[in-house]
Amino acid sequence: MKSVAADLLPTDEPLACISADGTGVLDSQIDRPNDSALLAGYAALVRARRLNDQAYALVRQGRLAVYPSSHGQEACQVAAALALEDEDWLFPTYRDTAAVVTRGVDPVEVFVLLKGDWHSGYDPRRHRVAPAATPLATQLLHAVGVAHAAQLRGEKIVAMALCGDGATSEGDFHEALNFAAVFKTPVVFFVQNNEYAISVPLARQSVAPSLAHKGIGYGIPGQRVDGNDLAAVLSVLGGAVAKARAGEGPQLVEAHTYRMQAHTNADDATRYRQDEDVQAWGARDPLTRIETFLRAQGLLDDELAASITAEAEEMAGHIRAGLNTDVPPDYRHMFDHVYAQPTAQLQEQSAVVAEEMERDTTDPEADQ
Amino acid sequence: MNAAGNTKLTMAQALNQALRDAMTEDDSVLVFGEDVGPLGGVFRITDNLNAEFGDKRCFDTPLAESGIVGLAVGLAMNGMRPVVEMQFDAFAYPAFEQVVSHVAKLRNRTRGALSVPMVIRVPFAGGIGGVEHHCDSSEAYYAHTPGLHVVTPATVADAYGLLRAAIASPDPVVFLEPKKLYWSKEEVDLTRPVPPIGRAQVIREGSDATLIAYGPAVPPAMEAAEIAAQDGRSLQVVDLRSIVPFDDDTVCAAVRSTGRAVVVAEAPGFASVASEIVARVTERCFHHLAAPVRRVVGFDIPYPPPKLEHFQLPSVDRILDAVEDLQWEDS
Repeated sequence: MKSVAADLLPTDEPLACISADGTGVLDSQIDRPNDSALLAGYAALVRARRLNDQAYALVRQGRLAVYPSSHGQEACQVAAALALEDEDWLFPTYRDTAAVVTRGVDPVEVFVLLKGDWHSGYDPRRHRVAPAATPLATQLLHAVGVAHAAQLRGEKIVAMALCGDGATSEGDFHEALNFAAVFKTPVVFFVQNNEYAISVPLARQSVAPSLAHKGIGYGIPGQRVDGNDLAAVLSVLGGAVAKARAGEGPQLVEAHTYRMQAHTNADDATRYRQDEDVQAWGARDPLTRIETFLRAQGLLDDELAASITAEAEEMAGHIRAGLNTDVPPDYRHMFDHVYAQPTAQLQEQSAVVAEEMERDTTDPEADQ
Repeated sequence: MNAAGNTKLTMAQALNQALRDAMTEDDSVLVFGEDVGPLGGVFRITDNLNAEFGDKRCFDTPLAESGIVGLAVGLAMNGMRPVVEMQFDAFAYPAFEQVVSHVAKLRNRTRGALSVPMVIRVPFAGGIGGVEHHCDSSEAYYAHTPGLHVVTPATVADAYGLLRAAIASPDPVVFLEPKKLYWSKEEVDLTRPVPPIGRAQVIREGSDATLIAYGPAVPPAMEAAEIAAQDGRSLQVVDLRSIVPFDDDTVCAAVRSTGRAVVVAEAPGFASVASEIVARVTERCFHHLAAPVRRVVGFDIPYPPPKLEHFQLPSVDRILDAVEDLQWEDS
């Protein structure tokens, strides 16, 4: 007899559609997305990789203060965004810039945070993308709340809540999954397990059989997917979103992937992981894998690949141009949005800065 | 209970009525937390709301305060007006990250594109013989966090009026309910508006010295003023009502009118709201002061057990002693 719990348990191995080298199709329990979905995913992945490369370059040039790269995780990034409808919500972390851009947010607006102009640069309501969360796992609860509000109004939306392997150790991860399960809220919790939380390996976060196994403790079905297999991530996330939308409650998906670059430019990954591990994961690169597959299937030729690359280059040019037109941030923003109306005290404090600026521009002796 | 005309109500009943009236007027107002459903909350502030409005409007959640406030953030992002109950002051601490990092900052983070109007109700402070973790005066934690309004009523009328104002506010409000005043009774007309959030009130006129108090410290301040009057000392009493925004104008005008001031609060005095008041009054009213501003506050100790708590609370005697210390011999 099959136990109740069996329906909630993930597979022993991550689900995959395409072989690691991209040359073949695996006998998989999941359906491969159709050709046009795969091609759209591939185009998004090319853009995501270009975004990561461009941001990395901008950090080296000192034009971005910091960039937590998702290089190596781009299949997860694009699939998280592509699995959603317009009316759905995405809750990204600081490492999910590529997902946010895939969702349609202008990368120049996303980089407002990373170049240090303001904490968040895009209108969350316009694309239904929450501000990128810096504290770990806290945004998962917000996703539950947004989906709960929609549910109360009878709207059939889904919230896609992203986090990493380290965040699954946080209390808010537990509380979010439990709340979503108890209220049967349409949230897909998507964990990108990239093996490291800055320097701390997964084994120090959890000894659960997998992070997807954690779902059973909440009565949430968990699935494991090969996070470097675009076809598999698209398929599994698409299915999870459909189930959540159909009223089956929250879903937990863990993607197995790898952060190919350091945590940020301020990190030194050689202090905690081996080069050969990084190289081994490099051989499983998600972009090479889907590209090899699409070419083998006759779905992608040089001409189409070139036009997709050209589009990605256009985006990179847009980013560089956007960062060139640098306008100093307005100090008044510090005071104007603390409350709906600034308090008397904040008005006084804002005036202090105004006076200082006035003095600096009129006093030739002042430091510039 | 009738909302119009004079009614004799406890503070608990007035708070309950404020929730009921807000929920009736606005479908987006949701009340949730621990035991707030069929039980009506451990202090019965949500009494009968579950039955009247149903489980979608007033509901119990899993026992997880960060979850409660985090859920409220998402609900508020998506058009709802959550009013959440933290069962006791010290039980709110698991939610601290959500409060400080998101509730207080989301408007600022998005330069106004997102706001999270919500009310976090916290039964706070002591004086009810509560055990450890049930009697904390936690106002300074919230008052120190830009982005939050921090409000505490001392009267039944203010309990109703300020809670209605808090629910209507576009900003998140930490609403601190003095537990020991839940059962205080007053004849009130709930239809009469009270001054808005951000306004302090002179609740007793006086000419010799000013007592500045808020929440649970207001009744002992009033009692002290009454006793002092019998001894020929005329004490003015200011009820802050709103810790943030802070009403510098009313407080300073009051102090200037008497030239002497004592701040009364239950919380430990070190790095406290009372300290901030002393600093603000001193900075703004220095030349009007005949004596240093005194504080009658809690000792810098964890809140003591029930049989010792009377030592920690600002007593009428301590207030009168502080008033006596205001260097009268020099004037």
